[in-house]
Amino acid sequence: MSEALVQRDIPDAPAPGESYLTAETGLASWLLTTDHKRIALLYMAAITIFFFLGGAAAVAMRIELFTPQADLLSDDAYNRAFTFHGVVMVWFFLLPSIPNILGNFLLPLMIGAKDLAFPRLNLLSWYIFIIAGTLAIYTLLAGGVDTGWTFYTPLSTAFANGHVLAAAGAVFIAGFSTIATAVNFITTVHLLRAPGMRWFRLPLFVWAIYATSIVMVLATPVLAMVLLLIFAERAFDIPIFDPLRGGDPILFQHLFWFYSHPAVYIMVLPSFGVISELVACYARRRVFGYSFMVYAILWIALVGFLVWGHHMFVSGQSMLANLAFSFLSFVVAVPSAIKVFNWTATLYRGQIVFDAPMIYALGFIGLFTIGGLTGLFLASIPVDVHVTDTYFVVAHFHYIMVGGAVSALYGGLAFWWPKITGRLYPEGWARFGAVMMFFGFSFTFFPMFVMGFLGMPRRYHVYVPEFQVWHVLASAGAVVLAAAYLLPMGYFAWSLVWGRRAPANPWEATGLEWQTASPPPVENFVTPPVVTQAPYGYHPEDAGPPALDRAAHRPQGHQP
Amino acid sequence: MSDAAMPGAALRKPWRSLRRQREAAGFGLWVFLGSEVMFFACALTGYAVYRTLWSEDFAAAARETNVVYGTLNTAILLTSSLTMAAAAEGARAGLRRLTLACLAATIAFGLAFLVVKGFEYREDIEKHLVPGPGFALEAAAAQVFFAFYWLLTGVHALHMSIGLGVTGTLLWQAWRRRRPLRSPAFEAAGLYWHFVDIVWIFLYPLLYLAGRS
Ligand code: HEM
Ligand SMILES: [Cu+2]
Repeated sequence: MSEALVQRDIPDAPAPGESYLTAETGLASWLLTTDHKRIALLYMAAITIFFFLGGAAAVAMRIELFTPQADLLSDDAYNRAFTFHGVVMVWFFLLPSIPNILGNFLLPLMIGAKDLAFPRLNLLSWYIFIIAGTLAIYTLLAGGVDTGWTFYTPLSTAFANGHVLAAAGAVFIAGFSTIATAVNFITTVHLLRAPGMRWFRLPLFVWAIYATSIVMVLATPVLAMVLLLIFAERAFDIPIFDPLRGGDPILFQHLFWFYSHPAVYIMVLPSFGVISELVACYARRRVFGYSFMVYAILWIALVGFLVWGHHMFVSGQSMLANLAFSFLSFVVAVPSAIKVFNWTATLYRGQIVFDAPMIYALGFIGLFTIGGLTGLFLASIPVDVHVTDTYFVVAHFHYIMVGGAVSALYGGLAFWWPKITGRLYPEGWARFGAVMMFFGFSFTFFPMFVMGFLGMPRRYHVYVPEFQVWHVLASAGAVVLAAAYLLPMGYFAWSLVWGRRAPANPWEATGLEWQTASPPPVENFVTPPVVTQAPYGYHPEDAGPPALDRAAHRPQGHQP
Repeated sequence: MSDAAMPGAALRKPWRSLRRQREAAGFGLWVFLGSEVMFFACALTGYAVYRTLWSEDFAAAARETNVVYGTLNTAILLTSSLTMAAAAEGARAGLRRLTLACLAATIAFGLAFLVVKGFEYREDIEKHLVPGPGFALEAAAAQVFFAFYWLLTGVHALHMSIGLGVTGTLLWQAWRRRRPLRSPAFEAAGLYWHFVDIVWIFLYPLLYLAGRS
């Protein structure tokens, strides 16, 4: 192994009774914990449940769309299914997933801190999340909402006959949890870095979570106010967006997308961080252009606030506005492209190992590239006028949010699984699952590009028979995809009991989180770490990765 | 008087130094206030759009608000900010009596604000200024103005109430010596209070002075 890796004398497993998992036992020790690592696991449990619920709605939709006629769901039930799917997947699964599970667990470890800045606030924010989620589930049980996740007015305020108030309330409350977590993360990164951990020594995952938190703090309140306005209009009949009394429904779209475009970056920026860690480790390379990666993240966070109008090209906004938003959408794609190129350049002359996390990461890069490029199609006004509100848009954002962000979540979970649980996952199964996710995903969503381009509108439960072949492909692919999501849950659970015990640093990765036992002790580090060099020291800066003295590849991780 | 020995001043879990630990409360609150700014900015943007669209109607509607109550409340709130600032400074300097008195005065001013606001709301309801059937004004978009009036002042009053709750808790804790005066909470509560004040500084001209020039 290269000398650039600082090896400190650390025990592989913590002394009994010191591991955060076993230091205290009993249900109360979990529900009242302020340990960021345990709270991360609380989030994991809750978010997994929401993933199942959102997934169930998706299954219902894919079954319905198998044939051109309505057989499983009525039009109204279909509306409720895709609304529930969207609301749960966006606000209760994707948006909190990487920040609240991996971010919560890793942020303090990666910067050498004992915990987040406000441990009790962290627990509180989990409870707020649970309250919000319960309300969302109540919405479903009470009969659902039929407006779509976008809550467009005047549908949501005057016409919808579902439980809009409860759904808006659920999302509103979840916002408090998001903001509290983001404030916690930002304060932690500013004030709790270990000695020597300068800003430009932070791992890219930390940068990504930091930038995401800034977007969360600034965008989420706008959504909160918009929902409050809808709430007031619907509940108290106060005119705000009502065109009959001087209101303007388009204003709602502006305010909503002012939140929701940044929100799509809240969903994808954290995965950029995960992928950077994975690619560097499994290519045994320093990240190419580290500082550019940092600036790209910050650039996306900033310019992401300026492009919301690309969701409104056909809303009747002025041509000048259309052109400006189109131009800015192209500008926001530049840093995304920089990141893709830099990941590829990191692979160049790397010692690439195709372990499961790396397969997920490579899948991410491919799917994200397709999603990003089709974003540029949509940002071109003439193309968008043709394909807006079709399955082309559906395919575009699923490529990024599901193909990209969910791959990153699974890859990150596999990569840090030994750190979180102290057990190694079974590599063969994991590789199989990773490959299956890529193919299952492509089977499901690539046909949507085609049918969208051919004119299949989104949000319909019946369609003309010409499109059936594409829908059948998508539904069949969804079966594979569902299996690829379930499989890791199976082998992760298996590994908890039968998995091999993990050493402190099974992947010989850099990063402070690997410089402590697996699983970490309650205090994270026995001796507080001191940082003396830049991240990703996989090889000396002036020489390439050590090709000749490459360590033998051990798929089950390095065993002492 | 020395608070160093008091339990609340001890170093808590993630922190390596007391100075950092103190800094965090203020820092976190500033970040949170960034969030609050965007919250109100969203509604104020809506107000700005409609006021540009319906400037005549908005002016006519704004003339119906009670500028006497509004001005009185502005004065009350500005004074409360003064006492709050004095309380925070007093806490920092360890002056217990001053801190307690100023916190109590702040709470009194805050309650006075809410009472005045209550009278104003009652008058508004009597004058049928609540949007909906039977609304008093003819102008088409006057209802939109009053939609924002109720919403903005309501949300502001809610923020005031939260501020009062926090200040009340601090007063009680300081009085029972449960919380050392050096706790960063006093400064943080002050920051929040001033922010709520600043929101009002925006609302006052937009809701009361518009249409009266
Ligand atoms: C690379 C830069 C990107 C560009 C230029 C871009 C462009 C666009 C455009 C123009 C639309 C509107 C299409 C229409 O409604 O007609 C759109 C929709 C959408 N995009 Fe992107 N996009 C980009 C990245 C992303 C990312 C990173 C995500 C998510 C993580 C995302 C998620 C979405 C979603 C959710 C919608 C559809 C919202 C809806 O109507 O329900 N996009 N995108
Ligand atoms: Cu967008």
